[in-house]
Amino acid sequence: MSTEALLGFVLAGTFVLYALFGGADFGGGVWDLLARGPRKAEQRALIAQAMGPVWEVNHVWLIVGVVLLFAGFPRAFAALSVALHVPLTLLLVGIVCRGAAFTFRAYDLRGDAVQRQWGLVFSCASVVAPLLLGMCVGAVVSGAIRVEGRVVVSGFFASWLSPFAWAVGVFALTLFAFLAAVYLTHEASSPELKEDFRRRALGSGALVFAAALVVLLLARTQAPRVWHGLLASPFAVALHLGTALAAVAVFALLWTRRYAWARLAAAVQVGLIVLGWAAAQYPYLVVPDITLKAAAASPSTQRLLLGALVVGAAVVLPSIALLFRVFRPRPGAPSVTRTRT
Amino acid sequence: MTDLLFARAQMGLSLAFHIVFAAAGVALPLLMVLSDLKARRTGDADYRKLSLKLAKGTAILFAVGAVSGTVLSFELGLLWPDFMGEYGEVIGLPFSLEGVAFFTEAIFLGIYLYGRERVSPGMHLFSGVMVAVSGAASAFFVTLVNVFMNQPSGFVATPDGPVDVQPVVAMFSAGWQYETAHVLLSCYQASAFAMAGIHAFVLLRHPGATFHRKALSVALPLACVTALLQPLVGDLSAKHVARAQPVKLAAMEGQFETERGAPLRIGGVPDVDTGTVSGALDIPHGLSILAFGDPHAEVKGLNAFPRDTWPPVAKVHVAFQVMVGTGSLMALLSLVTLALRWRRKQWPTGRRMMGAWLGAGPLGLVALEAGWLVTEWGRQPWIVRGVMRTAEAVTPVPHLAAPFWTFTVLYLFLGVVVLFLLLRQVRDTLPGAPTPAAGHPPFGKDEAHVH
Repeated sequence: MSTEALLGFVLAGTFVLYALFGGADFGGGVWDLLARGPRKAEQRALIAQAMGPVWEVNHVWLIVGVVLLFAGFPRAFAALSVALHVPLTLLLVGIVCRGAAFTFRAYDLRGDAVQRQWGLVFSCASVVAPLLLGMCVGAVVSGAIRVEGRVVVSGFFASWLSPFAWAVGVFALTLFAFLAAVYLTHEASSPELKEDFRRRALGSGALVFAAALVVLLLARTQAPRVWHGLLASPFAVALHLGTALAAVAVFALLWTRRYAWARLAAAVQVGLIVLGWAAAQYPYLVVPDITLKAAAASPSTQRLLLGALVVGAAVVLPSIALLFRVFRPRPGAPSVTRTRT
Repeated sequence: MTDLLFARAQMGLSLAFHIVFAAAGVALPLLMVLSDLKARRTGDADYRKLSLKLAKGTAILFAVGAVSGTVLSFELGLLWPDFMGEYGEVIGLPFSLEGVAFFTEAIFLGIYLYGRERVSPGMHLFSGVMVAVSGAASAFFVTLVNVFMNQPSGFVATPDGPVDVQPVVAMFSAGWQYETAHVLLSCYQASAFAMAGIHAFVLLRHPGATFHRKALSVALPLACVTALLQPLVGDLSAKHVARAQPVKLAAMEGQFETERGAPLRIGGVPDVDTGTVSGALDIPHGLSILAFGDPHAEVKGLNAFPRDTWPPVAKVHVAFQVMVGTGSLMALLSLVTLALRWRRKQWPTGRRMMGAWLGAGPLGLVALEAGWLVTEWGRQPWIVRGVMRTAEAVTPVPHLAAPFWTFTVLYLFLGVVVLFLLLRQVRDTLPGAPTPAAGHPPFGKDEAHVH
C-alpha cells in the first residue's frame, strides 16, 4: 500500500470514529429534542449523564481528521475550504452553540426554565450540525465540486444544496439518531427507559433504511461515480453485504433485547457505511478532480505523519480505553449525575 | 472594509477569544491540582472546596476553549486556504502533536471531573496532573506553528509552493525556545493574576473569609514567580526578535532611522508620515543596550526596509508598550508582595494590597492579548514571513462580512455568559451565600455535601 493510500485509510478511520462517537453524541441531542412521554425528564437526564464525561473526547476525532487532512492532503483541504465555506461555517456555529449550551446547562445550577433554554439550543444545534455534515459529504461524493488547477470553479452554493446532498444530510441525521438510541438502550439503568429507547431505535432504524434508499436512488443520476463505486468493485460489494448483515443483526438484537450486542452491531453497521462511502470514492478525495495522490503532501511529511499517528495512538488509545472503562454503565450503581425528578 | 480585512478581523477575533480560554486551560488545571494536593496534605475542607471550584471553572472554560479551538482549526482553511494548501504539510507535525495533547487533556479532564467517586484517589490525582501536563504540551506545540510563521524554515520556496519539506526542521524554527517559554509563562501568569484578583475582591468586602485567604495563598505564589520570570524571558525573546526580525523590532520601538546608541522609547505614538514618535519618554542608549547588550550597537530603523514590508507601526508600538507596561506593573507588585511575605511570614491581606491585587487581576490577560497582537501585527504584511503575503492567502469567497459579524455576535454572547457563570461560581463561596437552587450538579453527591 502506498503511503498516501495508508494515510487516506487512516483519515477514513478517523471519520469512522467521529461518526461513531461524535455521531452518537449528536444523536443524543436529537433525542433530547424529541424527549416525550411520562419519562421525559429521565430520558434527558440519561442523555446528559451518558454524554457528560465523554462529549469533548468524542469531538476531538473531528479535529484529528481536519489536521490529518491539511497536513496530509493540503491541496484537498484548501479546495474543500473554499467550496464548502458556507456550510462549514454554519457547522462551526452549530458546534460552538452545542458545546457551549451543553456545558452551561450542566454547570449552571438554576431553575428548570433556564436549563430548558440551554437544552433547546443544544438539541437544535445537534440536529443542524449532522445535517450540514452530511450535506458536505454529499457535495464531495457527488462530483459537483469542480477544481481547475487550484481554483474552485463550481461556486459556493450549488454543490452542497443539490437534492442528493440534502438526502445525504438527512441520512446522516437519521443514522446518528439511530446510533444514539441503540447506545442509550444499553446505557439506561431502568427497564422502562430501555424500552423507550428500544422503540426509538427501531423507529429510527426504519428511517435509516428509507433515507439510504433515497440516497441510493438519487446517486444513480446525481452521483454517478458513487453509484458506480457502490456496485462495481467486489470489495465495495463485500462492504455493503457486511453493512446489510449488520443492519439486520441490530434489528434482531433489539427485538430480542440484547442491548450490549445490539450496540456492537450498530457500531459495525455505521463503521461499514462510512468505509463503504470511502471505498466508493477511492481514489478520489474530491470527486472527480482531486485524487489522494494529487493532493498528497511530500513523502517525508507523510512518513512523519504516520509516525506521529503511531505515537499518538500509543498515548491516546489506552487513555480512551481507561475513560470508557471508568464510565461504563454499571447496573444498580449510583449514576454519575443526580437525576432531576 | 475589504474582504481581506474582514478575514483578518475574524481570525483575530477568534484567536483573541480562544486565547483567554486556552490560557485558562493551561493554568487552571495546575492550580486545581495544587489545591487538591494541599487538601490531601492538610485535610482542610476549604482547599478541597477550592479544588472543586477550580475544577468547575476549568470545565466551563475548557469546553468553550475546545469549541473555539475547533473553529480555529477550520478557519485556517476557511479564511486562508492557500496558506494551508501550500504550508499545511510543512507545519502539520506540530498541529498533529497538539491534537494528541488535546486528546489526552480532554480524556483525563473527563475522568477528573466526573470520576471522583469512580477511581482511586491516586488515579484521580494522576488524571489532574495529566490534564495540567497535556494542557501545557498543547500550548507548546501550537506556539511552534506561530514561531514558524514568524521565522519559516524547513523547506525551499518555489513559485509552485514549498519543496524539500523537512517538517521537523520547520517545527523547531529559530527562536522556538523563547516564544514557547514566553507564551507558557503568560498563560500561568494571566490565570494566576485573574484568580488572585477575584479573591482579593472578595477579601476587600469580607476581610475574614478564610476560604478566600487560602485561595489567595494558592494563586499568589504562581502569580509572583511567573511575573518575575516573565521579564527575563521577554528580554531574551526581544533580543531574538532584534536579530531575526529587525523590522518588527523597529516597529515595536518606533525606530524610524538606523542609528548607533538608539534610545529606548517609553510610551508615545509613532507617526509613519513624519517618521517621529510623539510623547515618548526617551532613555538614551536604552534600546541598543536592551536589544544587543552594547550601548553603541546599531539598531536598524524602519527606513532601512521597503515601505511595503512595514508592519502597522503605531499598532505594534502601542501594543508592545501595553505589554511591557502591564508586565512591569505586575513584576513590581510581585516584588512588594514577596517582600511583605518574607517580612511577615504570611501572604499579605491588608486592604491596600488587596486593592492592588484586585487592580492587577485583569493585567495578565491584557498583557497576554497585547503580546499576541505584537507578534501578529508585527508579522504583517506576511502570513509566512518573507514567503507568502497575507493578501495572497485570503479566501476567494465573497461577503466575508457575514461570517465576521456572525462570530462576533456569537463570541460576545458566549463571553458574557461565561463571565456570568464564573461570577456565580464565586458568589456561592461568599460568606452567608444561600445554597444554590436545585439543579443537577455534575459532581453528584460528593459536591452536594460541600455546599
